[in-house]
Amino acid sequence: MRQRLRELAALPWLLAMRALDRPFRLLQRGIGQGGMPYFFLVPNLLFFGTFVILPLLVNAAYSLTGGTELFLEDRPWIGAEHFGHLFACGDLLDPATCREDNFWRAIYNSMKFVTLQVGFMVALSLLTALVLNRKIRARGFFRAVFFFPVLLSPVVVALIWKWVLHRDGVLNALLESLGGDKILFFIDPGWAMFWAIFVSIWAHMGFYTLILLAGLQAIPPDLYEAAEMDGTSKTRTLWRITLPMLWPNLVVVIVLAMIKSVQTFDEVFVLTGGGPGTATQLIVQYIYDTGFASQVQNFGLAAAASYVLAVILIALTVIYIALAFRPDAKHA
Amino acid sequence: MISRLLHFLGRGRGTGGRPHVTDVLTWLYLALGVFLMFAPVLWLGLSSFKTQAGLIEYPPTLAPLEQITVPVEGYDEPLPLFRVTGEDGVVRELAQVRRVGIISLMVDPAAPAERIKVPIDSIEKVREVKLAFENYAYPIAKLNFLGYLGNSVFVTVAATAITLVINSMAAFGLAIYRFPGRNVALGLVIGTLMFPLTIILVPTYLIVTELGMTNSLWGVILPGAATPTGVFLLRQYMLTIPGELIEAARLDRASEWQIYWRIVMPLALPALAVLAIFSVIWRWNEFLWPLIVLNRSENFTLQIGLHSFSGEFYTRWNYLLAMTVLTLLPVLFVFGWLQRFITTGIASAGIK
Amino acid sequence: MERNLKAALVASALLGAAPLAAAQVELRVMYYTDGIEDQVLGEQISRFEAENPGIKVALDVVAYKQIVEGLPVQLAAGEGPDIARVTDLGGLAKYYLDMRPYLEDAGYWVENFGPFLPWLRQEGDTESVCGYMTQMTVTGPFVNKTLFEQAGVAMPAKGATWEDWAAAVNEVARKLDIPIPLAMDRSGHRMAGPAISQGAAYFDAAGEPAVVDEGFKRMAQLLVDWHNDGTMSKELWGSVSGSSYRGANEEFGNAQVVMYMSGSWQIAQFSEQIGDDFDWWAVPNPCGPGTCTGMPGGAAMVAFKDTEHPAEVTKLMEFFAREDNLEDFYSRTLFIPGHVGLSAKGIDFQTDNPNAKHALGVFAEHIGEISPTAFQLQGYPFNRVMFNAAISRVNQAIVGEMSLDEAYGRIEQDVEQQIAEKKRGG
Repeated sequence: MRQRLRELAALPWLLAMRALDRPFRLLQRGIGQGGMPYFFLVPNLLFFGTFVILPLLVNAAYSLTGGTELFLEDRPWIGAEHFGHLFACGDLLDPATCREDNFWRAIYNSMKFVTLQVGFMVALSLLTALVLNRKIRARGFFRAVFFFPVLLSPVVVALIWKWVLHRDGVLNALLESLGGDKILFFIDPGWAMFWAIFVSIWAHMGFYTLILLAGLQAIPPDLYEAAEMDGTSKTRTLWRITLPMLWPNLVVVIVLAMIKSVQTFDEVFVLTGGGPGTATQLIVQYIYDTGFASQVQNFGLAAAASYVLAVILIALTVIYIALAFRPDAKHA
Repeated sequence: MISRLLHFLGRGRGTGGRPHVTDVLTWLYLALGVFLMFAPVLWLGLSSFKTQAGLIEYPPTLAPLEQITVPVEGYDEPLPLFRVTGEDGVVRELAQVRRVGIISLMVDPAAPAERIKVPIDSIEKVREVKLAFENYAYPIAKLNFLGYLGNSVFVTVAATAITLVINSMAAFGLAIYRFPGRNVALGLVIGTLMFPLTIILVPTYLIVTELGMTNSLWGVILPGAATPTGVFLLRQYMLTIPGELIEAARLDRASEWQIYWRIVMPLALPALAVLAIFSVIWRWNEFLWPLIVLNRSENFTLQIGLHSFSGEFYTRWNYLLAMTVLTLLPVLFVFGWLQRFITTGIASAGIK
Repeated sequence: MERNLKAALVASALLGAAPLAAAQVELRVMYYTDGIEDQVLGEQISRFEAENPGIKVALDVVAYKQIVEGLPVQLAAGEGPDIARVTDLGGLAKYYLDMRPYLEDAGYWVENFGPFLPWLRQEGDTESVCGYMTQMTVTGPFVNKTLFEQAGVAMPAKGATWEDWAAAVNEVARKLDIPIPLAMDRSGHRMAGPAISQGAAYFDAAGEPAVVDEGFKRMAQLLVDWHNDGTMSKELWGSVSGSSYRGANEEFGNAQVVMYMSGSWQIAQFSEQIGDDFDWWAVPNPCGPGTCTGMPGGAAMVAFKDTEHPAEVTKLMEFFAREDNLEDFYSRTLFIPGHVGLSAKGIDFQTDNPNAKHALGVFAEHIGEISPTAFQLQGYPFNRVMFNAAISRVNQAIVGEMSLDEAYGRIEQDVEQQIAEKKRGG
């Protein structure tokens, strides 16, 4: 029955693809096999170029012009002034000495957030995957339990936890009923950052757990049997067999978690509002506030900030791609 | 007895009857996990049945409660019922006629003729469990709920289909061939992997305007279709497909297009499933971008529609929560239905 | 049979198409709602459509976030609606339609909306008529009178200073163990009234923005002190960043706050949310060395000049702004009228709640006590720049991220930079 349904669902796709067979064979004859890769790339690059690359170029133009007009022709050229403002610092390590102090606060907050969030996310996902990889009953159920928050929207995740954590929330009610005092989580920078990280891990770790779990299950059992026969300790087995065998999966997890972590915005914004003060204001929120949410929509400064972010991001990406680097295409 | 139970539940490492300490830890960990993962969402579900006043109450009640009102002879409207502790310690249930300052004017529903004055610090509301279904009924009646649902479904399905097709084609091109310009294209994809769309919001809006796509669902669908993450994931997966398979197909005079959809696509199904899930979740939940592109209510998606209950100073939390639960249901339903497929799909994509 | 069916289809298609073909004008109204305003407006629109069969009006009820963040970009791109309810009155003024050429009776507008029309104008413009106030607001405090009675503390009388009130609410809170003696909306606009009362002028002699002066510093110092001694809770102001708004409706509604500095727009919400659980009482604005003022404000319905149908838009605006329709609107929404004739006449508000009735009276009185500085500030197109700089920087001082002196410097820099950017074009 299910098989039938699946076939039925795939039918339009198969028909469409088959119908395209002949025209594309002719196309291939026309442009040759060497032209085909471009043909496969064009649709994606068209969208990518229009909605990612072009906006990035427009952003570059914004960053070099001033005023609050939306259309480029109405914006006066000001050169690198915005960049100058961003870097006008007495001491780069101390945001208070910078002209755009909140930009640097946001950068440092983001660094802290990404480091801690990715670190704990990977560690917890790994731990959960190891636990789920034991011989336990109802593994499917537990797998689903850890996964389902992935389905929730960031706004909903943050709203749920806000209800739990605020002054009159259920967690404080619990603390009081146990004889403790209420804790105002969102007025303490440490607690606020802790919950921001906790909540985003809560929302995403299920996905990474699954990837790692799959990796664990793919490790051949005879490796473990051999280790057991040699009398290798469990800890040693973990370090010598499990983790090295799991390394490719761990790299995928680290890279994906990094990408997601740097882009974090609405989750934390709805949860803590960036506070207390600016303690949990992340870089994307700074850019959003500057260019969009304030009365004077300073597109230029926001664009400049996004380019500084881009430089940092590209550097990070290069590092992690180097980690993930594998032999390139083997075909053609 | 307990160890037997644990053994039954655990069937773990322990040999003989005794569960190993790691089994106990495993179960503690899983129990904590289930609690942490489920409790907040159950809380959301329960809260969505509370009245606006019930939502802000402290200490919060687990179940949605509402004060009982009783009809009292001589009064047109039913009166709210309170539990009153008298000075002598006797507890009675009385109905409140009205409150003046810190004195409450009450009557005994059984003997409505006599009025009793009671200080308010000695009274407590009598309440019963009552689900506020109007949290659901009112917004559904007021909003064009089916219209929003239709828009959300359309956006999600169309966007996911487009994303899957163009991303898989690009990934195929980048994984299978070596050609001039490949590294440039690859560099662009990888270089923009980490770029959040939020920071190019304004220029993208400008371009969408120039293309005349504001106030159309296409303005929501198209800008996010070419995800670098999707291309990256799919390409990494396709790299594992053995080259001999493709060479063999070419010897059989298969066209490149046939290799793409007959050989590589079916083999990449697990990775495609992952991308599909990501795309569905993301599109279904997308908020900020549609909020800017769409300003006509006939085009609203569910996420935008439900936020029409948030005003400048006042947010109708009871409606917002109820609508949030409603928008969650389809996703949870799809997940429950395709659970095994989804999880194994993600799992095998991860093997790479 | 088949032929009949076809004929019927053609006929019905023709019939159906005929009225559509008669050049129907469709107008879009973008609206956010804090309560039942959208319902009341929807009913009025139905009546308007019945009276004007050629015009169809679509009411798009949106999130407030969309008005604040989406609308400005949409307008800049020429993709805005025909009419919208906005709160950034002066900031969006360059997009407004001057309705005078189309108005039947421009005199009615000048007479009844005169005091508010300048708020909707660009700098230098003294004549245009672009909209009307859906709601006039004025800021002022509410107190939980029941708590005062339970504690046996007398409420300070009219003319009492902020310090008097702070002492009184602290006494109530101490006696009854209430966690938050004093709450204030986290908003630069809310802070402005008390600051002007402390003597802040917000502008220099030339009329240029000058946020930081002795009066402003007094207010900022008071706020920092109150947060440090527990009069105010850091939970409210400290827990968000930037210029984010944060109210204390929940805490006040839960009787966890003795005094809540907010404004007249809360009346409808409190009636619904608190009802009769305790007496929530509007009280006069406390005083400072300067005066005892609140801030005026509000939301306006405005028409946009990008519309293709200025005559029809004006017609709809005239309908909304008609005295009987506005009376109906204000009386049901419990909004203070932004209509001179109606304020003079008095509105018969549709509420049974004695607290609401009292509060509506008190806030009507507040209006007469608003200082000229407050009006000037409200009329300044870029006042939000000043409000936001003040609230975000003072807040950083409150949570200890910087000293008050640093905050003053940052406020001046923020305002100067943003206004310079604005003047550079746009």
